[in-house]
Amino acid sequence: MKISVIITLKKDVLDPQGKVIHQTLDGMGFNDIDSVRQGKYFEIDTKENDPMKAKDRVEQMCKKLLANLVIENYKIIDAQ
Amino acid sequence: MKSSVITFPGSNCDRDMDVALKKFGFKNKMVWHNDSEIPKSDLIILPGGFSYGDYLRCGSMASKSKIMKSVINFANSGGMVMGICNGFQILVETGLVPGVLLRNKYLEFICKNVFVKINNKNNTYFKNIDNDVLKLHIAHNEGNYFCTNDQLKEIEDNEQVAIKYCNKDGVADEQFNPNGSIKNIAGIFNKEKNVLGMMPHPERMIDPYLSGEDGSIFFNNLINNLK
Repeated sequence: MKISVIITLKKDVLDPQGKVIHQTLDGMGFNDIDSVRQGKYFEIDTKENDPMKAKDRVEQMCKKLLANLVIENYKIIDAQ
Repeated sequence: MKSSVITFPGSNCDRDMDVALKKFGFKNKMVWHNDSEIPKSDLIILPGGFSYGDYLRCGSMASKSKIMKSVINFANSGGMVMGICNGFQILVETGLVPGVLLRNKYLEFICKNVFVKINNKNNTYFKNIDNDVLKLHIAHNEGNYFCTNDQLKEIEDNEQVAIKYCNKDGVADEQFNPNGSIKNIAGIFNKEKNVLGMMPHPERMIDPYLSGEDGSIFFNNLINNLK
């Protein structure tokens, strides 16, 4: 079963990379952007076949390693 | 006094730290990250470098390595643990000290000498030190100290700020902040002050040929405080 996770920076955390990407896009003519925030995406292929259990395990992974909850939020997006 | 330096895959300041500790009288042992036991020590050092290639977040993988269980137990029972640079990043990832270290504000790797003001001398690391300001070296990409407002209040209330970036006269304002750290924070303690994480490298300032000797002042004072 494949589960995906998106990690994003919390609202109040400065994202200088996102800022530079925004400026670059702006310079390329994409000048209708309000802001860009950079994050991380994970695809986790697990042996667990029960979607609820798998999601629960991935949530533990997010809390213990994949995200640093001081600065990041995680979102588990789907189980296939 | 006995010390142990932990080497992770990608550590690169471990041997400099070994040289520094021995120069000032420590009997130092190098400990591999995959060991589970730490030799009897008065001080454990997590050295600088790029453990696990800075994958995921700097220090995140190293904070989960086998030896870290013993390091965390040692720290929780009052043992002295000091993390320098990547070692500081590992400490924040274990939660032994609060906050996180973000990418430097202007996205550049900073490698230069800086001045830091000692903010709290009421601890084993800085007690009895004559200087108020030390000239030390920094070399990092992720040294921008960040914490939540609640954490910052707690850190300040408990006097956990160890050192702050400043000028040679000890003025710690935004102008002398190299990386965007909140309140110019360059190093912090845990609540009990037995764990210290800091970005500057005292081990790089232990010889006049290495651009300065303020690291010698730090190590000499530290070993005397531990005796």
